[in-house]
This record gives sequence, structure tokens and C-alpha cells, in this order.
Amino acid sequence: MTVAAATVLDCDQRSVREINVELRNLEPGSVVRIVNPKGRHNLAVGLMKHLDITFAGSVGHYIGGLCDGVQIQIDGFCGWGVGENLMNGLIRVTGNASERAGATAHGGTLVVEGDAATRTGISLKGGAIAVGGDVGDFSMFMAQAGTLLIGGDAGEALGDSLYEAVIYVAGSVKSLGSDARHEELSDDDVTTVTQLCAIACFDHIEPQNVKRIASAKQLYHFDALKAQKY
Amino acid sequence: MCGIVGLHLLDGDLEPQLGQLLSAMLIQMTDRGPDSSGVAIYGDVVADGLLKYSCRAQRDSVDWRRVASECGATYVAHGDGAVLIAEPGLRERLEADGIRVVSTGSAVEVFKEVGLPAEVVQRFDVASRHGYQGIGHTRLATESAITTDGSHPFSTHDDLCVVHNGSFSNYFSVKRDLEAMGEEFLTKNDTEVAARLIGYEMSHGRDLGDALMVLQKQLDGFYTLLCATENQFAVVRDAVSCKPAVVAVHDRYVAMASEYRALTELPDIDNAKVFEPIPTEIYVWSRP
Repeated sequence: MTVAAATVLDCDQRSVREINVELRNLEPGSVVRIVNPKGRHNLAVGLMKHLDITFAGSVGHYIGGLCDGVQIQIDGFCGWGVGENLMNGLIRVTGNASERAGATAHGGTLVVEGDAATRTGISLKGGAIAVGGDVGDFSMFMAQAGTLLIGGDAGEALGDSLYEAVIYVAGSVKSLGSDARHEELSDDDVTTVTQLCAIACFDHIEPQNVKRIASAKQLYHFDALKAQKY
Repeated sequence: MCGIVGLHLLDGDLEPQLGQLLSAMLIQMTDRGPDSSGVAIYGDVVADGLLKYSCRAQRDSVDWRRVASECGATYVAHGDGAVLIAEPGLRERLEADGIRVVSTGSAVEVFKEVGLPAEVVQRFDVASRHGYQGIGHTRLATESAITTDGSHPFSTHDDLCVVHNGSFSNYFSVKRDLEAMGEEFLTKNDTEVAARLIGYEMSHGRDLGDALMVLQKQLDGFYTLLCATENQFAVVRDAVSCKPAVVAVHDRYVAMASEYRALTELPDIDNAKVFEPIPTEIYVWSRP
């Protein structure tokens, strides 16, 4: 098997728009190394094919948003909304992620090896997010489908107004949001967490010892008798 | 929007580069606010019993040498800015002479003006400055007029400076309370209220961390605040934290900015611990 030589794109030489055009014009399956990203925003967005992209350094906001089938590695920190509305593929952040990582993603997998800030997985619609460290407040607010695995601790109001999405936490939870509750861990849950840990390359989580948090489904239907309590 | 930056040096060997590093950070944040910009530089601490007055002329030309000699002061020019070094208690006299005192303190110097960061940094020759910490701001005006007085940093008490991204909603009522307690305001700006609140609390015995807790209780709104005193550097955000913030902690410095791209030229940034500060948590770094 031969490994394709990586195309190198230098952010010191090209604008964000030029880099995104180059990425769009590459053959599916290409290997790309993006150097000197220096915190730039909106790189590698809306790519509808498989590309293997590595960012050699920290990046700005909205990296990898709307992509369908990419594989992205960010060697460093990333700004707001990494993998926002991801459709399919794998994004890995080796450092910490700023807020709303993986917001509204429909599919694929987002791995954050460090901590993820507030609103991680807000309005998640599918796919999986695995965070090796802690997540911030309001994570998974109104998440509809998909999974969040938290290797560390969770902040305030975890899983507020959840729908069918499920959260697994290895550490502590500062507080649960409205309508979120702890549930029994089933064998299927352990399998899901084991598989996700394998994809994320996390060996610090014991799948049988995580906490499962899901919706109590008390907010699904309006209850006229509780009108004063909402 | 607004862009904020700050650099708190832990390694004295970096002090000659402070102005250059801070200027580059602020210029990176230019497109977060086109209206005005400014910096506060902490360094060259004056002897006990003396005070530095960062001054701005409010009339066409000021003979700084004459002003200094009349006040028994020495002065240092930094581009269009002048810093007088003299005994405390000169503010009223200078203001009566058509000179705006932008800051006072034993370490701080503030330079701010309407215009883009690159222009303001050049005008006050910021890149050549040395020092042990600095903060900067580029403004997209929301709560008050685009004037030099309404520019950040706001320095309302000796050696205290505040820059702010966001806006407060209840600041007029807090301002009324502070006025009743003797604080005099220069502008209608919301950040001046925050700065005076912190300064008031600190001048009544609280440390910076406790003063910021009072601010969290009294002021409502959205904010990422960066504050500095003679020896401290602090970051605090509101509970929702919709305004961006990034902190980098390195063996040689602590840096803070609205966005990571402001930090990219700092030495060895790839080996700093970079993270988003947690909402409502008060981060304070102190010089030894």
C-alpha cells in the first residue's frame, strides 16, 4: 500500500477563501497538511467528500463546520463551534476546545482530547462527541439525538431540555438541567461507551462506571395543570 | 463586538518586548472594533511619594516642558502622549489648564484615542515600550459616544485599568449609587461604571478578586472583563459568556485575548496551556 504524499497549504501564503477553494478542488481521499493556521476562522468548511486534513497548530472559530465525510485533526486549541453541523466524518482536537463544540451536528464523530467549554453539543441532532476532559455549562442543551461522552466533569445545567440524546459522564456533574435525569446503565450503554472510547483512543474511562443521563420526558407534552410551573 | 488583549509577564527577560508584543496582539483584533483603541502599559514604577499622570492635550498645542516645570514635574513624551511624574494632587490643576489626565498611578500609563489600533499604537509609540504587563482594547461603540474619553482602557483609580467586551444593562442605577457615594463620572459609558465600582470597592479595603465578586452581584449584562492593578491581572466573564475569551498560561507569561489569533506571535505559544475561561470564575494572577 502506498501512502499519498500530503499536499501542504500554508496560511501565511493564502487567504482563508483560497485555502477553502483549494480544499474543494482536491481529489477525494487526498491528504492535506495546513500549516500556520494561527487561529484563523472558517477553514475547511462545507467539504462534501473524504479528505484527510491536519492543522499544524491552533485554529479559530467554526473549523470543519458542515462537512460530510472529512477526517480532520487539529494539533492544538480550537475556537468556537468546531464541527458545527457536522454531517459525517471524524474531527479530532488534541488540545482544548472553545464553546459550542459540535453544535447541531447531524452525524460523524468529534473528539476533543482536552476540555470543551460551554454549550458543548448544543442542539445535537446525531453522531457522537467524545471529550477526554471536562465540559462547560449548558452542554447538550436541547440535544435531540446522538451521544456525548465526558471523560472528566460536567458544568451546570447538563442536558437541559434533552430529547432523545444520551450523555455519559465519567466524572462529576455540577448540576443537571431541567428534565435531565440519571438512568440505569444497560449493557448496550457499556458497549456504546466502549466503542466510542476505542474511536477516541481514550483509555482513562471505565465504560461500566460512567453515569447515563437522559431525558425524563416530562417536558414533551404541555400539561395545563402545571401551567404555573413551567 | 470589541476586541481585548492583555499580557502579564512572569519572566523579566521579556519586559523589553512588552510594547511590541502587546501592539501585535491588539492589531490582530482590529476587525473586532473600528471606533477607538487604547493600551495601558505597566512599568517604570516611580518612587514612593510620586505619581505618574498620563496626559492628553485638550487644546491645540501644549508646551509640556512648561507645564512640567510649573508643576515641579518631570515629563516623558511617548509620541503624542505625555507622562508627567510629580507629587500626588495635581489632577485638578492640570485639568484646569486644558489637559485631560487619562490615568494616574505609580506604574500605569494609558494611551487611547479614536482610531484603529495600528494608528493609535504608532501615534503613542507603543511598540518601543517596555514594562511588566499591559492591556489593550479596540472598540465597537454601543453604550456611549465615540470619543477619546469613551475609549478603553478606563482608568478611574490609581493603577487600576479595565477593558470590556460586552455591555451592561443596569449601569445607570449602579452609577447613581456610586455618585451618591462620591464617585464622579467623566462619561456616560457603561465600562466606566464597572471600573469605578471596582475602584470604589478596592479603595474601601477589598482586594481585586472580592471587588469583582461585588461587580458580578451588582452589574447585570454580558461581559468579558480584563482588569489590571499595579500587581494583578484578572479575567472575569458573565454566567452566559457569549463574548469570546481565550487565556494562554505559559511559564514566561499569562496572556488573554478575545480570539486566539491575537496570541499567535507570543514566544513559544505552542507550549502554552490555552483554554477558554469558565463563566463566572474569577481568574487573578499576581506578581510576586
